[in-house]
Amino acid sequence: MAPITIIGSGLAGYTVARELRKLDKDIPLRIISRDHGGFYSKPMLSNALAGNKSAEQLLMKSAAQMAAELNAEILSNTGINAIDRQAHQLHGSAGVLAYSKLVLALGADPFTPELAGDAADEVLSVNDLDDYRRFRAALAGKHNITILGAGLIGCEFANDLLGQNLQIQLVDLAESPLSRLLPPAAGAYLQQQLEKQGVTFHLGSTTQHVQRHGNGYRLTLHNGVQFDTDLVLSAIGLRPRVTLAQQAGLAVQRGISVNRQLQTSDADIYALGDCAEVTGYLLPFVMPIMQAARALAATLAGNTTDVRYPAMPVAVKTPACPTTICPPPAGSIGQWQIEIQENGLKALCVDDTGKPLGFALMGSANAEKQLLATQMPAWLV
Amino acid sequence: MRKWLCVVCGFIYDEAAGMPSEGIAPGTRWEDVPASWACPECGVSKADFEMVQI
Repeated sequence: MAPITIIGSGLAGYTVARELRKLDKDIPLRIISRDHGGFYSKPMLSNALAGNKSAEQLLMKSAAQMAAELNAEILSNTGINAIDRQAHQLHGSAGVLAYSKLVLALGADPFTPELAGDAADEVLSVNDLDDYRRFRAALAGKHNITILGAGLIGCEFANDLLGQNLQIQLVDLAESPLSRLLPPAAGAYLQQQLEKQGVTFHLGSTTQHVQRHGNGYRLTLHNGVQFDTDLVLSAIGLRPRVTLAQQAGLAVQRGISVNRQLQTSDADIYALGDCAEVTGYLLPFVMPIMQAARALAATLAGNTTDVRYPAMPVAVKTPACPTTICPPPAGSIGQWQIEIQENGLKALCVDDTGKPLGFALMGSANAEKQLLATQMPAWLV
Repeated sequence: MRKWLCVVCGFIYDEAAGMPSEGIAPGTRWEDVPASWACPECGVSKADFEMVQI
């Protein structure tokens, strides 16, 4: 029998495999990775510098260890170019591979900022372990770094870089950091805490030009502000990898469209993680991936299961301002109530009847995290 | 006393230290941490932790 085949060896792919093996020890399983195929924790990439961790130290298990542990065949450094849905076959650098069920756990690519200037293509991004290795090497001897994007990853990297004796600039079009997740007052609080530690913010504008200048770069923002920096890191967001699915004729919106069973428009092909849009939800966070992986593993083991999304608070790894955010469910309408504490800030989003929808807790307010989390509405019941 | 590693995010639960901020006293053995407990960093369940050799 052709194996259940997972394309992608990130958290989504490996968690499906691990969960499936809890339910079925023997069903043939193949995992295809376009990189080394080892397992590492992607969330750690944005807080590993402070711990002075090398890429090698971040690798938890090699592909060979994973293969043994999961009783799976792992094809490393293997690209897939096409899915032949009719024949249940994959075409790629390893030739033709047959599958029974296919799981797309392809992840997402960093958005490339639209930049002019002769050094526009020297802007770095960190989206996987190999990127991290390059970034850490590039940091050696640098004194000044600029991060494009003050979202989750941008803020986490800024905080992580604080211990590296660097001048740090954060540039974002919004007027406050984490603008998609936080009300402005909470974003401003996070900004203040990071500023106290030495981060400089350039808000309300984006970068237009990156020119080579001396041993580094000269940045020009759309608002005319200019400054020099040694290294530029882009963290402006992620774009789900949908090309393979699109070319195979699967339904795609922002991500690969799947239903509550993580099933695409082809009954034998599933998708989860950063590449998938689950009934309209695109949630590139750890907890939704774990929920999806458990449901999908059960389905693959023969027990068709809907994914459920309880309220899933996101921990922002900014030790300068410990932050937990539980966004209101998509489509809900509420008002943010802000309570400023001596060493923190509590923001609660409530609907017009006073029912809580979401929260953001910073500093001392994190003490209420456990209690509040249980009061939040589920995202997908 | 042992240490346990979250396989998802790398968070380490140290039995000796416990997690007072989460209501888990220092010296609480892993077996005695409630099953409903989740990783404070990434939110995965207790079942997703693995033991670290020390």
